[in-house]
Amino acid sequence: MSQKKVVGTSAVRIDGLDKVTGAARYVDDLDFGPGLLHAAVATSPHAHARIRKIDTSAAERAPGVVRVVTGKDCPHKFGLYMQDRDIFPRDRVRFVGEQVAAVIAETPEAALRAVRLIRVDYEPLPAVLSLGEALRKDAVLIHPDLGRYQRVPWFFPRAGTNIAHWRKTRKGDVEKGFRQADFILEDTYTVPRYAHCPLETHAVTGLFDLSGRLTLWASSQSPFAQRGVMAVALKPFGLSHQDIRIITPYVGGGFGGKAGVSMEIIGAVLAIAMKGRPVRLHWTREQEFMNTSQRQGVVARVKMGVKKSGEIVALEHTLHWDAGASAEYGANVVNAVGLSATGPYRIPNVKIDSVCVYTNMPPCGAYRGFGYSEFHFGLESHMTRIARAIGMDPVKIRKVNAIREGDTLAYGAEMNPGDLEGALDKVARAIRWGRKEKARPHKAIGKAVACFWKAPAMPPNASSAAYLKFNEDGSMNLAVSGMEIGQGFLTVMAQVASEVLTVPVGKIRVETPDTDRNAYEWQTVGSHVTWSCGNAVRAAAEEVKGKLIATVARAKRLKAADLYLDAECVKSRKDKKLALPFRDFVIDGIMRPDGRFVGGPIHGTGMFMPEFTSALGDPETSQGGHPNVHYTVGSAGVVLEVDKETGKLTVLKAALAVDVGQVINPELVKGQIVGGILQGLATALYEDIRYAPDGRLLNPNFTDYKIPTTLDCPVEIVPIMLETPQPDGPFGARGVGEHTMIAAAPNIADAIDDAVGIRLKTMPLTAEKVALALHGIEYDDVKGDNLGFCFRGRPCDYPFDTGGAS
Amino acid sequence: MQEISIRLNGETRRVAVAPNETLLDVLRGRLGIKTPKEGCGRGDCGACTVLLDGKAVRSCLILAIETDGQSVTTLEGVGKEGPTALQQAFVKQNVFQCGFCAPGVVLAASALLAENPQPGEHEVREALAGNLCRCTGYEPIVKAVLSVAKKTPRRKPATRRKRS
Repeated sequence: MSQKKVVGTSAVRIDGLDKVTGAARYVDDLDFGPGLLHAAVATSPHAHARIRKIDTSAAERAPGVVRVVTGKDCPHKFGLYMQDRDIFPRDRVRFVGEQVAAVIAETPEAALRAVRLIRVDYEPLPAVLSLGEALRKDAVLIHPDLGRYQRVPWFFPRAGTNIAHWRKTRKGDVEKGFRQADFILEDTYTVPRYAHCPLETHAVTGLFDLSGRLTLWASSQSPFAQRGVMAVALKPFGLSHQDIRIITPYVGGGFGGKAGVSMEIIGAVLAIAMKGRPVRLHWTREQEFMNTSQRQGVVARVKMGVKKSGEIVALEHTLHWDAGASAEYGANVVNAVGLSATGPYRIPNVKIDSVCVYTNMPPCGAYRGFGYSEFHFGLESHMTRIARAIGMDPVKIRKVNAIREGDTLAYGAEMNPGDLEGALDKVARAIRWGRKEKARPHKAIGKAVACFWKAPAMPPNASSAAYLKFNEDGSMNLAVSGMEIGQGFLTVMAQVASEVLTVPVGKIRVETPDTDRNAYEWQTVGSHVTWSCGNAVRAAAEEVKGKLIATVARAKRLKAADLYLDAECVKSRKDKKLALPFRDFVIDGIMRPDGRFVGGPIHGTGMFMPEFTSALGDPETSQGGHPNVHYTVGSAGVVLEVDKETGKLTVLKAALAVDVGQVINPELVKGQIVGGILQGLATALYEDIRYAPDGRLLNPNFTDYKIPTTLDCPVEIVPIMLETPQPDGPFGARGVGEHTMIAAAPNIADAIDDAVGIRLKTMPLTAEKVALALHGIEYDDVKGDNLGFCFRGRPCDYPFDTGGAS
Repeated sequence: MQEISIRLNGETRRVAVAPNETLLDVLRGRLGIKTPKEGCGRGDCGACTVLLDGKAVRSCLILAIETDGQSVTTLEGVGKEGPTALQQAFVKQNVFQCGFCAPGVVLAASALLAENPQPGEHEVREALAGNLCRCTGYEPIVKAVLSVAKKTPRRKPATRRKRS
């Protein structure tokens, strides 16, 4: 491959000036004029109840109210992978905060006042608020109709139970493996729920115009997936894909929370109810916490057997997930983990059971890491503990088992390229692994190194497309539908096109999505758009390149093979003087000596679909399919200072090495590493979700749910990028985004253990728990029943019983 | 409703407000000023930061009626003559990601630099501690502010300036 000029450079973000000048517009910044209506929703105070009657008469009479909408107006369910979520429930509510009715009014204040006048007669039902209760043989069923729900073919719900999906992966013979082991460690790890906390809450404005077209301006990571979900759910209103248009301007952070569909569908039905007038729905911070999606809680049992050499011979990994009241997206997180919970290790005998369980808690879905952060906490803690137990260096045991290209994955497919051992070496060096640091008085210093991997979790036909066109001045527009959620997608796509066409990045406008005008994109999730959409953009650019050369060849009667692109010109290897600037012919063509013109507006299209994937593995073993496109691997390490009196934890250094295949923009990759490390450390150290015993979320705000500030950063961060090319990636690139937060929690747990000899197995790993443990109080008891309701009682007593289901 | 008059980004604007309306709602809803964002509505996140007589405040916690006769600066009023040195540094160093916190951060950092042109790292972190950002990990923000401070020629602290 020739020398790359743009790919691999820290091009300035093409949205940078928009964002620092305030030119960037987010959904709620758009103006819809004086006709705009405002909506507010009435929500359930019960975790589980039957709706006997909804009386909206007082609300309808309230000043400024135009319309009240309930489940009677839209008795439909929706969902991305399984249709188990109500637009407005008609018969029962399933979590505190679920929408039961909406008021549309002339002002936001009128809507809010009228919402309080809606009277709902509830008959409370027993609420299922822990995994143990949900999985009992005689459990109260949250979805009695589970067996009848539409779903994708790779979900396996158990009708008549609260099990929404169960992913089983079987490889080799675990029993035989454990018999060969010299040492076996088995333990339980618990991860509570977490909230995404994008700074911009969910917002949607909908207009059902007089011709019957529905347009939604939404803060979304997934405009096309939204259109698809809505085309199915809103079919009873006579709508199809052609009648629905989703426009997504800049998005103020997503982190998975704006993937799929949540409140946007409420905006859609409210707009349909008010034909001809735009309706605005804007979630408050409290609603953002309670009624979008959260990260699922999980309780995980890890049993691992190793030889004296450190070689892993068997792994049994059982994970029970608290999916909340709907699993339409969360079940795919469970699925992804069920396939990949070996971590980045070569293990001959594997048994994974990843079980998605309904509870009467807020629904969960995608969150940066898609289940991998959760399972790595237990698995990587386990790796370090086993190494210590057999007297082996924790870095060495990881290198002994590190997965390599060509190794057989747990579900039978082959591992893609990636330099995990190189990443481990680099991180170990960065934190001076093996060297004891001198601590200040009353402090202890601990170190840790962990590995991570992650694959995008996508349907086998998830695809991307791109449209690229020239303007008269030689600038370009690139219309794709990957979402700029902060990661730098627009800039990276411009860099890919620029590399092929020599047009500077600053002359390529990349448009944010509009499902009517931009090319298709499945979703911006799974750290896959650089790879997938990058391939589509590269294909579109190659097509444009072909047309540029063909046009010049035809007009000048030259051989196409002699022509090439350089500095925005078509040049010839044979005639050094020939240099035709793009701007001279990309719209108006080239005049021939007889006055006729050759050419026309030059544009190109590209598409990409990973045609080698398949989700149709055997349901009992997962063997036979090829569900994942590739894994991105890496390693992370920390140097942690622990205050031996207060338990206060200070990250002195955090290093992270990730094999991105090919760096397209080093500064943007670094941005993903630095930002991801802090988000990961926050889940490990401070973010601490709390529910009341009746299922009410107690801290749906930033006063009580702490996300980090400028004062909570690691003292030093060392970002490291490795480049083992991905053969099917654009210029060899793989995705990076979610990966950077995955190893944070096991890093902190291991470093605490290294510093003060305390092993925490229940996240978050707060200073409070460390201080209590240092005073001899067992941390597992600290929060008792309160841990996001994954379980009641002590995690180590959780029985992993599925009430007879298998 | 009562009419107030504020000096908004250098122009006098009159607007009728209800006594319970926040400055944020009036700016966004009545005055077409969209850069102050609502991230929490209770003063936790700093996305609605504006400058009130040069001081960084949360416009979601201030009643519009209280600002009568005062000067309000939003991001729309910064860099009208082209991006300021701080804005240029933010662009050049690829600081922001989703950008939703950017208006608040730019204003809070501008207020800091006006008050203290050469802050140390801890002063920058203290000054921006009320502006939450979920994307960047803050490091690039702090570095960019410090890079501008470094280039600013030394002068007497702003607090000693003559008041007019």
